[in-house]
Amino acid sequence: MTDARTHRKWERFTPAQRLARFAVFLGLGVLLAVSLRTVSVIPEFLWDAPTQMADLFRRMWPPDTASYADNVHTALIETMNIAGMGTILALLMALPVGILGASNIVRVPALNWLSKLILVSSRSVNTLVWAILFVAVFGPGALAGTVAIGFRSVGFCGKLLSEALEECDKGPIEALRAAGAPWPSIFLKGYWPQVAPAFWGITLFRWDINVRESAVIGLVGAGGIGVALDTALNLFRWQQVSLILVCIFAVVIAAEVLVTKIRQRII
Amino acid sequence: MTAIAAKRPFRANWAARAGWALLAVYCVYAVGSLEITWARFLIGLGNGATFLSEMVPPNFERWKLLLEGLFETVQIAVIASAFGVALSLPIGLAASRNLMPAWATWPARAVIAVCRSFHPVIFAILFVKAVGFGPLAGILTLIFASIGFIGKLFAEAIEEISLKPVEACRAAGAPFMSLLAYAVLPQVLNRFIGFATYQFDANMRNSTMVGIVGAGGIGGTLFSAFQRFDYDFLAAILLSIIALIMCSEYLAIRIKAVFND
Repeated sequence: MTDARTHRKWERFTPAQRLARFAVFLGLGVLLAVSLRTVSVIPEFLWDAPTQMADLFRRMWPPDTASYADNVHTALIETMNIAGMGTILALLMALPVGILGASNIVRVPALNWLSKLILVSSRSVNTLVWAILFVAVFGPGALAGTVAIGFRSVGFCGKLLSEALEECDKGPIEALRAAGAPWPSIFLKGYWPQVAPAFWGITLFRWDINVRESAVIGLVGAGGIGVALDTALNLFRWQQVSLILVCIFAVVIAAEVLVTKIRQRII
Repeated sequence: MTAIAAKRPFRANWAARAGWALLAVYCVYAVGSLEITWARFLIGLGNGATFLSEMVPPNFERWKLLLEGLFETVQIAVIASAFGVALSLPIGLAASRNLMPAWATWPARAVIAVCRSFHPVIFAILFVKAVGFGPLAGILTLIFASIGFIGKLFAEAIEEISLKPVEACRAAGAPFMSLLAYAVLPQVLNRFIGFATYQFDANMRNSTMVGIVGAGGIGGTLFSAFQRFDYDFLAAILLSIIALIMCSEYLAIRIKAVFND
């Protein structure tokens, strides 16, 4: 026994843990090796990429500022409106779905699962794919874009909202219930004040993401600046492309700065 | 004051009401400027019903094409995640203000900012122009997107570490590489694995989409099915994408569990 104590060997992981870690690394390594072996990439194109990129940037310079007033300005405003309305639509849909998903409010597991299913399927389909679907439904234009942004954002907002609702303090709710408050009052004065900061935080965060997303959904015909970008690309008007890219960059940075400022004010 | 407060426990908040009114005004303006009308919406609902009826049942007849696209999507996601994570380690490290001098942090931060501010699709378009159609453009796109995301998070994680082990290593005269290996990495490794698995997940989602602009993967198949009005095949592709994403989410959770126990 004393021998064992003097020669005690310290190990951080059990053999099983070590094996699991090794298996993960091995699996990832094998996956990467297989992918690299089988992917259909022509290496010459990769070595040629820097020259091609340089050529592209040379054609893009200088940005064609004259075309801003004709079509880019209205398209930019449309993009901002798509982002704003898409976020509002998402919040309108996320409120009921989020409440359904909060297991401390709705005590029916089946409904919680239904809400989870809606949120997961909304999240796993990309914004561009949603945009394609809604272009097929509503025809090309800003309406399809707005609905697509809304449907993609529901998953994100609803998940965070139901998590915020589940973390609510029970005290005020019990007090209201004891005083005989009806269900809308309990929600407005018990739950809402507690989730309001989270709610506005989620809104700002998602709006910021949606500004980026709504700049590109035009590529599949769902309105906004992406339509102008698509047109300029198809006509090889590189100077217009660079102008549009600069505009998108400016708008995205401005939105991010705005969100940061508001967030500091709220929180 | 107290008498009034007792009479009206919930006093009206005029600032909040003004805010809600402004929001309502904005909604009316935006709906008007986006030309969203009730008639269009109703027509759309009719279209949506026919669209859905054409999507059901999903058509898995061309499963070979579908599997090829899915396989290419997985390839793009795996390769891009590996290279993106490997590249964002040094870039994130260079961007951390507490370990690096200002001349190193500024360029690294600029690279990260440029990678973050453009949507992956825009990168994909530019890369398709530069290296042609196919998975290579998608891989390059997602490498850039990964650098933007992980580089930023990794730099923030390094900026939050405790500097005491770093000082101890410095005092013992450790060279810079040993300092990283023994004082910095152990403090951020777990979070880094979390970021890496999350990024793999995100790359999986995005690699289903880059094909829409011609950068390889299932997105190209999806977009061509859409353009040829093969809505039943489109439904099959969508279902398989959702299944793939769920599998990759499950895999990410399992990998995290291995490292966090």
